[in-house]
Amino acid sequence: MLGQGGSVTSIRDFDRDEIVNVLAVAGKMEAGDHYGLLQGKVLAIMFLEPSTRTRLSFASAMMKLGGQVLDFGDVEHSSFKKGESLSDAIRIVAGYCDVIALRHPWEGAARLAAQIAGRPVINAGDGANQHPTQTFLDLYTIQKVCGRIDGLTVGFVGDLKYGRTVHSLATALSRFDCRQVFVSPPSLSVPQGLLKELEEAGVEHEQSEDLRGLLSSLDILYCTRIQQERFADSMEYERVKGAYRIGPRLLAECGVKDGLRIMHPLPRLDELSPALDETPFAVYFEQARNGVPVRQAILAMVLGKV
Amino acid sequence: MGGEPPSEELSVAAIRNGTVIDHIQNEATFKVAEILRLDGAGEIVLVAMNLPSQRVGKKGIVKIEGRELTAQEADKIALIAPEATLNIIKNFRVVEKRRVELPTKVEGIVRCFNPSCVTNQQSVNTCFEVLSTSPPTLRCVYCERVMSGGDIILK
Ligand SMILES: Nc1ncnc2c1ncn2[C@@H]1O[C@H](COP(=O)(O)OP(=O)(O)O)[C@@H](O)[C@H]1O
Ligand SMILES: [Zn+2]
Repeated sequence: MLGQGGSVTSIRDFDRDEIVNVLAVAGKMEAGDHYGLLQGKVLAIMFLEPSTRTRLSFASAMMKLGGQVLDFGDVEHSSFKKGESLSDAIRIVAGYCDVIALRHPWEGAARLAAQIAGRPVINAGDGANQHPTQTFLDLYTIQKVCGRIDGLTVGFVGDLKYGRTVHSLATALSRFDCRQVFVSPPSLSVPQGLLKELEEAGVEHEQSEDLRGLLSSLDILYCTRIQQERFADSMEYERVKGAYRIGPRLLAECGVKDGLRIMHPLPRLDELSPALDETPFAVYFEQARNGVPVRQAILAMVLGKV
Repeated sequence: MGGEPPSEELSVAAIRNGTVIDHIQNEATFKVAEILRLDGAGEIVLVAMNLPSQRVGKKGIVKIEGRELTAQEADKIALIAPEATLNIIKNFRVVEKRRVELPTKVEGIVRCFNPSCVTNQQSVNTCFEVLSTSPPTLRCVYCERVMSGGDIILK
């Protein structure tokens, strides 16, 4: 179980019970005021790649628990950019703080950092690999808006090839009894490795290009951005984008469940119509808010305060 | 029987004491020899290829006089020739025979094929979880990428 001194580098390290435990602590964080729990503790925010939401939500989580934040600021102006090795930088920063939130373009950076820091390291994104606090907040949101995780059908739509949030969430959901549906153009479909992993875990899953045909079976629709850079041909980009644009009309035409909830890691482009924002389907802003209690829980757990 | 190819015993010379690596997939034969750094060593080495084999089509055999393999060498062989067998020879007799076998973790001997992996950016001892042994499939403990077959590059 995640506890004092533990690091959070990859969702892969968490089995079902451990995930459930983190979500339960996050629930307690959200339900009450825990100011003072991390008094005297310092979180170092060491981001060597741009981020606004993750950085602010880590800072907010620490402040809400009465802890202090040491933010290394913009990478461009920090000495870490000037060829200092990651290992050296981590050892030095570890001396200034009690816990480190690290975002780094090298994949596996957080795992390495956790081995040498002598302090808990929380992975806030390592290149295209992992972003476990995002996965925890996604799971927390699903549980909160559906009241459970088991028994749900979760559909992923958009760029399923490069979207790391999708890969991590699919891995995490494989620890639960969920049906998973992947909707994307063939050029952006989920990696074979992930499908194989789901097969080995005995997860019921389906792959399709056809969003309309699948919408009515979903409890959760997890959308991701389709980026133009992924397409050589801009006509093809426009076509794909149009086919996966979600708005109130499409939902009505497809006869979706009343309980359908739509998530998105944000920021969105035009894959989600703003006309959805005020409907009960939209939970993406709530999802973003849930980053705070989830990060409060993880900070408190690795600092041994829960 | 006149048209039959000669048996292996006849086609490949005998050694007194040492190791015979048998059932090497034909194409991997020279890689096995390379792993063992046999060219620089003083030991007598016999390398044979294109031998008929029921198990792996055509096979290679590498024989080394006078020594056994280190655990690391055996792991490397398991990665490139997962079907290979190791025969320990004492006084011209096979006294021990076993399949090469990958441990559950492979440390230090493989390079990660992902250029963005932290292990390719600074000096870190690589470490891979073994997902399957034949064909060998590895997951990098750092970047979590899965590699098999030709993606597996020995250091
Ligand atoms: N004294 C020796 N010198 C060199 N090679 C040997 C010797 N004894 C056995 N071998 C070789 O080692 C391998 C294993 O030997 P053995 O156990 O007799 O055969 P098999 O595995 O085909 O039943 C064979 O390729 C054989 O040719
Ligand atoms: Zn790697």
